[in-house]
Amino acid sequence: MTAVANNVPARGIRLPRLLRSGSWSLRIGVALMLVIVLAAVFAPWVTPYDPVALDLRNALKPPSWKNLLGTDNLGRDVFTRVVYAARIDLQIGAIGVALPLILGTMVGLIAGYFGGWVDSLIGRVIDVVIAFPFLVLVIAIVAMLGPGLINLYVALTLVSWVLYARIVRGETLALKRREYVLAARNLGYGHLRIMLRHILPNAIPPAFVFGMSDFALDVQVGATLSFFGLGAQPPAPEWGLMIAESRSMLLSAPWTVIGPGLAIVVVSLVISLIGDGLADKVRGLDG
Amino acid sequence: MPDPILQTVDLGKTYGARRRFWQKPANVPPALADATLELRQGEILGVVGESGSGKTTLARCIALLERPDTGRVLFEGEDLTKLPEAALRRRRRYIQTVFQDPYSSLNPRQRIGDTLAEVMLVHGLASRGEQRDRVAALLEQVGLPATAAANFPSAFSGGQRQRICIARALAAEPKVLIADEPVSSLDVSVQAQIVNLLLDLKERLGLSVIFIGHDLQLINFIAPRVIVMLGGRIVETLPEGSSLADAKHDYTRALLQAVPTLEKLDAAYRLSQQQNMA
Repeated sequence: MTAVANNVPARGIRLPRLLRSGSWSLRIGVALMLVIVLAAVFAPWVTPYDPVALDLRNALKPPSWKNLLGTDNLGRDVFTRVVYAARIDLQIGAIGVALPLILGTMVGLIAGYFGGWVDSLIGRVIDVVIAFPFLVLVIAIVAMLGPGLINLYVALTLVSWVLYARIVRGETLALKRREYVLAARNLGYGHLRIMLRHILPNAIPPAFVFGMSDFALDVQVGATLSFFGLGAQPPAPEWGLMIAESRSMLLSAPWTVIGPGLAIVVVSLVISLIGDGLADKVRGLDG
Repeated sequence: MPDPILQTVDLGKTYGARRRFWQKPANVPPALADATLELRQGEILGVVGESGSGKTTLARCIALLERPDTGRVLFEGEDLTKLPEAALRRRRRYIQTVFQDPYSSLNPRQRIGDTLAEVMLVHGLASRGEQRDRVAALLEQVGLPATAAANFPSAFSGGQRQRICIARALAAEPKVLIADEPVSSLDVSVQAQIVNLLLDLKERLGLSVIFIGHDLQLINFIAPRVIVMLGGRIVETLPEGSSLADAKHDYTRALLQAVPTLEKLDAAYRLSQQQNMA
């Protein structure tokens, strides 16, 4: 009975439960993510320059203490633009994960829980969407709807919900046979209560972990679409767009491309660290 | 003799038998066939059989966690299999189950107090103000401290979890308790505690209990009437007052023979010693 007595919540400021017991990859990932998000939010205090104002006299300056990552062909400070661009790119990642996660989880939960023809129908739709290459389908939908961030979100949602739906459906199928779900039915609980209170909290962690790798993918997709002129529109600072605008200077002024390229790599890495850490946590919880 | 509180008539269940109309019917043996039994008010009815004999299917069909293909389940004279979904849901709380595996019987992301309070909330058995006291009372009833309410299931051992499962069943204020091998996944020392707890609660709350297990001696010890199952069928009902020695069916006698006794173990040990020497 000692286990019962020890678990009294302590007073004082505590890290969220996730971090206290998390692995180092999770802690480092979350700390770095926090730095990136804070830099994006407080961008005007991080850098003295304006991300869009032209300054042609200072065009294409190599990196120096004055311009950490140099300036581009219109004299804009590359570091400033990289920092401001995090606002858009992190938003693409966050919304590009949140919307499909919500939609896919609901659909997967319904398919797995009710089974039968509902499941067959949803399964066929998922198969059809998965049959298309991911990026091709996103580009096709955005090209159809017209360029812009809102349409990018619509496209990401329409395409990547299937992955979340598949994960949550599988989890639901397994959890449905668990005895605590049988007990819930035995106690006369309604379908909605069983689905939302007893299955969902146990089915969603793997989808959440997958969402982390999806975040990095979405940032890259956002950059890719902007590169093709289908995402963020100039003069907005966005990593993919910055690379697209500067690619003719790749040899003469490589810093214009290296800055945003590095940003994409770093954010992807940080997100993977968080995803790995979360995956470890999830495995630990159910052991 | 008091009226039976629960009766089953010709219950049958075959898994994987449903086919599309153009397919040949599958030749699957039924998991449960022609199960007719009655549970009297306040009695303990024992059910024994080897694994795969249909014990768990019987338990799930009685609780209507599985839809039986054939037959009826009569609770206080009312056929539960004919009830519409909503009406059945309101009746479900009267027939509660304690499952075999305490480790998967509790929602890992729900605190014990919430697990118990949810039952009262859904069935309106306690007002918000009364819930805390009722949760504490239930925990005390199964021998756990009231502080257990604040913990998640991972803080508890198998035996403690089984106590919580019993508390959850009691929260619904049931009339019939189906114990589906409630002790087979527990340590021997804990088994006795849980069995005694169940017997004690049955007396205090006037429950009618169906106790399922594969340990013939244990079942015979706690249940006056015992049903023996084999291959999804009830092969013998040992009436009240009879002893195991009176068993008529060959299978029951075979089950009895298979029970290891100290004498048999001793004999086997000596035999192995002799063979080693030779």
